[in-house]
Amino acid sequence: MTPRFRPVERPDPAILDDHRALLRAIDRRRLLRGGLSLGALTMLTGCDVRRPDAVQSALLTLRDMNDAVQAWLFDPRKLAPTYPASQVLKPPKFNAYYDVTKVKPVDAAGWRLELSGLVADRRPWTLSQLTTLPQRDMIIKHICVEGWSYIGEWSGIPLGSFLRRVGADLKAKYVAFRTADDYPSSIDMATALHPQTLLALDYAGKTLADPFGFPLRLRMATKLGYKNPKWITAIEVTNRYPSGYWEDRGYSWFAGI
Amino acid sequence: MVAKVDMSRPRRGRKLHPLPIRIMHWLNAVAMIVMITSGWGIYDDDAVIKGFYFPDVLRLGEWASPSLNYHFAGMWLLALNGLVYLGYGFATGRLRERLLPIRLRDVVHTVRDTLHLHLAHEDLTTYNAVQKILYIVAILAGIAQVVTGIAIWKPVQFSGLVSLLGGFQFARVLHFTGMSVLVGFLLVHVALAFLVPQTLWAMLSGGPRLRRGSADRSADVAP
Repeated sequence: MTPRFRPVERPDPAILDDHRALLRAIDRRRLLRGGLSLGALTMLTGCDVRRPDAVQSALLTLRDMNDAVQAWLFDPRKLAPTYPASQVLKPPKFNAYYDVTKVKPVDAAGWRLELSGLVADRRPWTLSQLTTLPQRDMIIKHICVEGWSYIGEWSGIPLGSFLRRVGADLKAKYVAFRTADDYPSSIDMATALHPQTLLALDYAGKTLADPFGFPLRLRMATKLGYKNPKWITAIEVTNRYPSGYWEDRGYSWFAGI
Repeated sequence: MVAKVDMSRPRRGRKLHPLPIRIMHWLNAVAMIVMITSGWGIYDDDAVIKGFYFPDVLRLGEWASPSLNYHFAGMWLLALNGLVYLGYGFATGRLRERLLPIRLRDVVHTVRDTLHLHLAHEDLTTYNAVQKILYIVAILAGIAQVVTGIAIWKPVQFSGLVSLLGGFQFARVLHFTGMSVLVGFLLVHVALAFLVPQTLWAMLSGGPRLRRGSADRSADVAP
């Protein structure tokens, strides 16, 4: 069980940080410039395309333009296919940026779900408080950016109904997560409100096991696997782009499927 | 129709490869190389064929993240250039003129000639039957790559397409198969271009002028 979702060679985060400011906010001028970059990309066959900053920055600009296209393609009413219980993989696949032996279990008694940002009621939640909320079950396909997939059965609190309950600003752009394993992540509000986006507590009818995010993790039917943080400790509703662990390493932020 | 062409171009026929075709050809060459080599980088994270991986030197992108970004950048060039090419090919009649008709008899002839190693290539302006089939296969494989690519890029938004293609994992296999067909085509195509360098030169300079009405003649006159 070695985690495969990990680069052989860590990229230098400084490369990305250098360009981050440039990359956000997609406007028309950026679109034009991106179009030119796409043209420029075609001229680069003769030189070393592995390093130059210009290429990296053009690629990241296009990645962010693609995120805008992805957001446009996302249909908030479209439901992902669901599957019969007989196809559920037990236990689910473990995946993280570290090995399964490095998982640090979370103590349920001391655990709290903190809320911050554009939320009316920011009182933290205990696990027993959370389990009193209405839950929903879904058997969906987990698709990893690497290409593998499996069918899993998740139950938990629909994130949309939780956000409404705590009086979150549903017009805000982002819902961000912090986790016990230092894996920051964030999603768009449209996906947060999708009916197949759950704050999952159970897998296949049983409480989540430690390697899969006990006590609380995110499960979305409409995004790639890496967008689903485990061991969630805090939720923030915000209009400031929060990024995420893999996004800082070049992956698409929207990552819709 | 012929008379009209004669009046607008009284002396010289148009070139075998008009400028728009040449531009689109080389843009497509770049797009295909970017898509194939970055696709190999993505592939290696989860091999479709167990134990089969593409070596580092052939992959575009140092690891999956840049490979994915190359792939999703290249897809626009491939798809948009391909759309313009098909639009141009249908609108001008070039596709039909160059690639049709294909007669079984011609296929047999070409294969026999090839096996006897005396394939005629003095005349670049007409494609032999096998050539026509290969170009049509390449175009169809390119279209298939876009369709299976959309399916594995957005398997939820296009879930109907995915189930039509036999599910997400089978769509990946199809995408891999389409790549293999195109790589096979490229190997033959590039090898032949170097064996008959005037074809390579023609795709840069435009090649010989077509005799007026030659396209119609090849379609209408029975041998």
